[in-house]
Amino acid sequence: MASKRIDKTRKEDETRAIEAKAGVIKRADGSAMFKIGNTVAYAAVYGPRNLYPKFLQNPREGIVRVNYSMMPFSSAGERVRPGPSRRSKEISMVLEKALLPVLNLEEFPNAVVDIFISLTQTDAGTRCAGLCAASIALADAGIPMKDMVAAISAGKVDDTIILDLNYDEDSYENGCDIPVAMVQRTGEISLLQMDGDISKEELLKAVELAKKGISKIFEMQKKALKEKYQVFGEMEANGDAV
Amino acid sequence: MINLKSQILNSLEQGLRFDGRKPAEWRKVEVEYGISKNAEGSARVRFGGTEVLAGIKLSIAAPYSDTPGEGALMVEAELTPMSNPAFETGPPDIQAIELARVIDRGIRESRTIDMKKLCIKEGEKCWMVSVDIVTINDEGNLIDAAGLAALAALKDAKFPKLADDKIEYREKTKTPLPLLKEPIPVTVIKIGDKLIVDPTTEEEKVVEARLTVTSSEKGRINSLQKGGEGTISAEVLSAMIDLALEKAKEIRKHLEKGAK
Repeated sequence: MASKRIDKTRKEDETRAIEAKAGVIKRADGSAMFKIGNTVAYAAVYGPRNLYPKFLQNPREGIVRVNYSMMPFSSAGERVRPGPSRRSKEISMVLEKALLPVLNLEEFPNAVVDIFISLTQTDAGTRCAGLCAASIALADAGIPMKDMVAAISAGKVDDTIILDLNYDEDSYENGCDIPVAMVQRTGEISLLQMDGDISKEELLKAVELAKKGISKIFEMQKKALKEKYQVFGEMEANGDAV
Repeated sequence: MINLKSQILNSLEQGLRFDGRKPAEWRKVEVEYGISKNAEGSARVRFGGTEVLAGIKLSIAAPYSDTPGEGALMVEAELTPMSNPAFETGPPDIQAIELARVIDRGIRESRTIDMKKLCIKEGEKCWMVSVDIVTINDEGNLIDAAGLAALAALKDAKFPKLADDKIEYREKTKTPLPLLKEPIPVTVIKIGDKLIVDPTTEEEKVVEARLTVTSSEKGRINSLQKGGEGTISAEVLSAMIDLALEKAKEIRKHLEKGAK
C-alpha cells in the first residue's frame, strides 16, 4: 500500500537516513555530529569547568547549561538572526531537563558542564537531533552518565500517525508534531512536547512509534562512540602516540 | 614558568615551528562547497584542525539612500563558544567584530560583487546579500579561514526564485551571484624578527604584530588590517606584503572545485 505521509519515499514508521559521529570538534572536551535526513546538528561539551559569576554555583553538585542555536544560514526560509530568541531559550531549557536525569554531577560541586548545540542545516526535528548529538558528546567528554538519551519526533498528518516528521509534514495544517526523548534502559520519557490536535489514543500510539525510532538511534549513538574509540585502540596497537 | 615566546623564537631561529612546519608553510587546506542545503550558498574551510563555515542568505531589502541603484551587503561572524573554550555566548565581542569587518571590507571595498546587478527597482527594492561566518573549531588563523570560506560561499551561491517580488526560497535558480573578482585574506605574523603564516593558537598568543592583506587573483591589494601591539618598519611591511601575496596565490588554488 502506498504511504499516506507527505514524504512518499518513507513508510509511516520509517525514519529518515541517520548518521552519527563522535569527536568532530577537537577543542571541545566532547563533541558529536548527528544528521537525520536534511537536519544536521553539532554538539560540543566543555567541562566540568569553573563557573562564574559565583552565585550561579551549586555547592552540592555541578550544574548543566545547554545553549541551542540555529546557524544564520541554516533555515530554508529567511536568515535566522544570531543570538538568543524566546524559542531558542525555551528549547535550551527543555533539552537541559531532558539530559539531567542521566547525568551524575555530584563529584563536581560548584562546576558547570556547558553543552553547545548548533544546527548547520534544518528540516524539522532540530531539538531532537540536537539532543541526540548532545548525548553522544557528553559520553565522548567522559561526563559520568547513568544512561544515554535519544530523541525523535512523532506526529500526525491527517489521520495517519507517522515517525520523524520533515518540514512539510511538521508544518502541515491538519497535523501535529510530538518531540519525544527517552532514557535508554528504563524507556522513561525525559522530553515531551506537542502542539496540534490529537486524541489520547493517537498520542500514545505516536509515543510508541517514537520509542521504535529511539531504539534505532541508541544503536547509532553507540556505534558512533565505538568508532571513535576504535581508532584510538588501533593507534595504540600500532604504537602511535595517542 | 617556561616562556612560550622564547621557545617559539628559539625554534624559529632553526627555521622550525612546534608542529614541524617551516615559517612560511600552511597547514593542509580543505575547501568544501554546499555544506548547508538551505543556504543560497555555503562552504566549509579547514586549515589543519581549524574549521570555519560560511553561508549566504539572500533577501529583499530597501537600498541605502546613498546607493539607490545598488544592492546591499552584510557580513557577520560568530566566534562560537563551541569552537574555543575561551569564547563566550552573547553579543559578538571585539575579536568577532574585527574579523567580520576585515572580511566585509575585503569584499565590499574591492567591489567583489557587482552591486548594480543586485538592484531590483531603483530606490525601492534590491537584493541583500548576508554573509554569515560561524567557527566550528579554533586552532588558530580564523581570519584567513573565514575569508576563504566567505569567498567560497559567495562563489557557491545561486539566486532563489523571485515571484511578484517575493522570494521562493525552496526554488533555487541556476543564476550565480555577479562576482567581479575573488579576493582572499592572508595574515602574516611577526614574532621577534621572524615572519610566519597560518599561526596556531600557541603562536597567536605571542604575536608582536600581524598584518592581514586581502588580495585579488590579479595580485592587487584590496584591504589591510594591522593588528598586535608591536610596530613594523616599512621594510618589514614590504616583506609581509610579498609573503602574503605569494601565499594567497597558493591558497587560491584550493578554491577550484575538487582541488586537493
